[in-house]
Amino acid sequence: MFKYVKHSVEKIDGLALVTGEEHYTNDFSFRNMLYVSILHSTFPYAKIEDIDDSAARAMDGVVEVLSYKNVKKILYTTAGQGFPEPSPYDSVLFGDVMRFVGDNVCAVAAETKEIADAALAKVKVRYKQLKPVLDFEKAEGSSTVIHQDDGAFPKIPVFYDASKNIAAKVEAEVGNFDDAFAKSPKKIEHQFYVPYASHCALEPHAAVSYLDFRGRLVIISSTQVPFHVRRIVSVVAEIPVSKIRVIKPRIGGGFGGKQEVLLEPIVALVTWRTKRPAKLVYSRKEVFTSTRTRHQYRTTFKVGYNKDGAINALHLDALENSGGYGSHALTVLANAGSKTLPLLNKIQNLKFTGRGVYTNLPVGGAYRGYGATEAYFGYGQIVDMVCEDTGCDIVEYYKKWTIKSGETSPIFKALGEGKEGVAMIVTSTSLNECIHVGAKLSGWYEKRKLYGGDFNKGKRDKRGIGMVALMQGSAIPEIDMASAYMKMNDDGSFNLMVGATDLGTGSDTVLAQIASEVLDTPVEKFIVTSSDTDHTPFDTGAYASSTTYLSGHAVKKCAESIKNQILKVGADLLTVSIGEVEVEESRVVVRRKGKQDHHQEVSFAEICQSSLYQKNQFQIQATASHVSPKSPPPFAAHFIEIEVDTFTGIIKLLNYVATVDCGTPINPVLAEGQAEGAIVNGIAYALFEDYYFSPQGILLNDTFGKYGMLTAHDIPPITVKLVDSFEESGPFGAKSISEININGALPGIANAFFNATGKRLHRAPFMPEYVLSVINE
Amino acid sequence: MKISFTINSRKRDLELQPNETLLNVLRKNGLTEVKSGCEEGECGACLVLLDGKPVNSCQVLAMSVRSKKITTVKGIGTLHSPHIIQKAFAQGGADQCGFCSPGMVLAAYSLLQKNPNPTREEIAEGLDGNLCRCTGYVKIVEAVHEAASKLRNEKSQAE
Ligand code: FES
Ligand code: FES
Repeated sequence: MFKYVKHSVEKIDGLALVTGEEHYTNDFSFRNMLYVSILHSTFPYAKIEDIDDSAARAMDGVVEVLSYKNVKKILYTTAGQGFPEPSPYDSVLFGDVMRFVGDNVCAVAAETKEIADAALAKVKVRYKQLKPVLDFEKAEGSSTVIHQDDGAFPKIPVFYDASKNIAAKVEAEVGNFDDAFAKSPKKIEHQFYVPYASHCALEPHAAVSYLDFRGRLVIISSTQVPFHVRRIVSVVAEIPVSKIRVIKPRIGGGFGGKQEVLLEPIVALVTWRTKRPAKLVYSRKEVFTSTRTRHQYRTTFKVGYNKDGAINALHLDALENSGGYGSHALTVLANAGSKTLPLLNKIQNLKFTGRGVYTNLPVGGAYRGYGATEAYFGYGQIVDMVCEDTGCDIVEYYKKWTIKSGETSPIFKALGEGKEGVAMIVTSTSLNECIHVGAKLSGWYEKRKLYGGDFNKGKRDKRGIGMVALMQGSAIPEIDMASAYMKMNDDGSFNLMVGATDLGTGSDTVLAQIASEVLDTPVEKFIVTSSDTDHTPFDTGAYASSTTYLSGHAVKKCAESIKNQILKVGADLLTVSIGEVEVEESRVVVRRKGKQDHHQEVSFAEICQSSLYQKNQFQIQATASHVSPKSPPPFAAHFIEIEVDTFTGIIKLLNYVATVDCGTPINPVLAEGQAEGAIVNGIAYALFEDYYFSPQGILLNDTFGKYGMLTAHDIPPITVKLVDSFEESGPFGAKSISEININGALPGIANAFFNATGKRLHRAPFMPEYVLSVINE
Repeated sequence: MKISFTINSRKRDLELQPNETLLNVLRKNGLTEVKSGCEEGECGACLVLLDGKPVNSCQVLAMSVRSKKITTVKGIGTLHSPHIIQKAFAQGGADQCGFCSPGMVLAAYSLLQKNPNPTREEIAEGLDGNLCRCTGYVKIVEAVHEAASKLRNEKSQAE
């Protein structure tokens, strides 16, 4: 039924990527360019009493040193979010208080990178060390106050109490939890911990800037949010928006890590002051310590239920370690509730309480999954526990209790992003089908029974299979906005300009496919320009699983408007009425009584030539914007089979099946790729990834090797099956897929572990030592 | 100092410092298809072939390889004349952000030189030194498998 959509079109930049032609930020260099290096704090909490940069400045080749001494302290948030941001304004570019090991002390710009690095060693910093908070469970109300007298404040009217180290607080309740919990015949309470994590995008953060011929500042950046970069740089570097152009070239992965404005204001200031190009590229160590991370979390679940498994009351309490600054603290926290609790929407009494606390540790931020990953670890196990205890078949349980088409959850309205959420009725889900197909593909019934029986008795290597159902969202409703511009060229091709930011996800291609479908014209006919604040219209950027759903919708509207213009010109040229024509394979054709008249057609090229050169001349062009009134959840079911070596505590994955409802997959191969990448990241997070700190708050495992990245050799067989639904509010029925599948590994593996051993995992990662301790409990 | 290298079958005189890594020298001289992901020998983004053997160029002093033939990803195929492996990557969705691709493609190339008919396990093992955060490796292994079979076909047809 679709011609270009739901087809696995090759990425429009695919061959250029694999032949090394495409350019990433660090591949741009300019004559006379300065290299920037950053001096980072080596103390977790310290006041800088003085910086003496005279020796550094005296070095041959050093051109500029930036620190709190010569850069105005303007409070802002580094979070690349819509304005006004829901993250507190608690950061300055260069401050005199260091709040974590890796905080920015000063920047040196020099003729070469080597000189800049050498100059860092010559900067003398006199610190007064302060007592740090390195345990997030002890942060709230600690005698150490991390944001004291710095004027930090929330930009939007939300609860914020820096004096108690509270960066964010979210509370919501529907029904009456306490009452229903007290009355429940069965009760459980469990606490879960997930660690810090690094996005590990293969390309380190980078930014390059220069002045164009007319003295405007151009910033090339590896960013997910070019328009937010422009706005924020304008504020902190005090340069008018009109004088800034931000370009995102190809980017080597983001995953949320580049939804943050960190390097751009620094190169901007260097260029603005010196009038010379400037480049800053972080080392891998700097990416680990000084950019952003997944927040460390503790979640506590209290659940009251009946003997038949029906849950009466559920309370999720989340404690979030925000680190030294509150970037994304509030919204990640809210999402821990809003992306989990609606799943089992028949629970009448729900309570969510959460606090994000400041500590003197690395700063949290956006990370694929965005709170949902952190909360599903417990949520997915709680459901398994209830089923286990009441003798319910978890597969049937999910089928019965999860949200269905035509249903809603009061949580949608109760939990928004810094304000009330948006009530929404779910209009598309194939979750039950996902569960059904996944159970089949994974051999669920046979294996669950087998491993739960005598199979594992007396064996050193024990096997188990676990499953979990998931949801996420698609864009932030009534907040995110995307837009597109399109114009037609004389050969019937089109320029498609979008602010949307392709992170390697293939969104440039997906958006072209959507335009293709509307105009019945091959994808090659669309010249896509994206993410250039001078040449593309506004888009909030690539986050919140929004691009296909939201930017795709803007493109669809835009293409429809182009189509109308084409039809009008076509009808005019064919001297028929507009009601008698339609587009077909890059032509306008006359169709009468459902039949095409083959003698009456005019090609797109002829139409555009006429409109540009001959008759009633005008440029066929259109622009469209889109804001979504809802955030339709994608759904997924994950089935994971494992083997536990009970002597060593090593968990080996034997098989991973994921069935996913992303609405209509606009490009199935790219959609599968999103799922596969997220799954493997999820597995690594469940099994290995963690941040280890010294007692002084210094990150110890700040290299790929020590951190625990998976290679091709480590991955189990993975089957991803897309089970379509049709989302009315999305372009051609599409929802999102980029985030949801990172949420399955933690609870899925833990549930499989229970099936194998009868024990529960409460702490990630599942490193052998911890696993052994659980087995031997 | 200036030293002459053979890069992608072309002689080139490159400016360098004695302590500079091959990665730096290549990138500084415009060979930006060689990527830098860690500079610690742990990601494979900077992989090039030295006399046909894969090495992480961030771990090699440029001086030390002056007599060797250097191949970057552009040396095995270009946009206008891509190698079968490159085509398989692009067609099979084995490239998301593409940052790992130059190294990954070369690792695959060198693997298929040694073993033209690898199993999926052998492919995974052969790509063990190359990290990719986007794809989860599934489509990369598939693409290499696909390319291997196409290369074998091509060879048997030529014979
Ligand atoms: S940059 Fe050389 S291995 Fe990572
Ligand atoms: S495609 Fe992005 S790292 Fe491999």
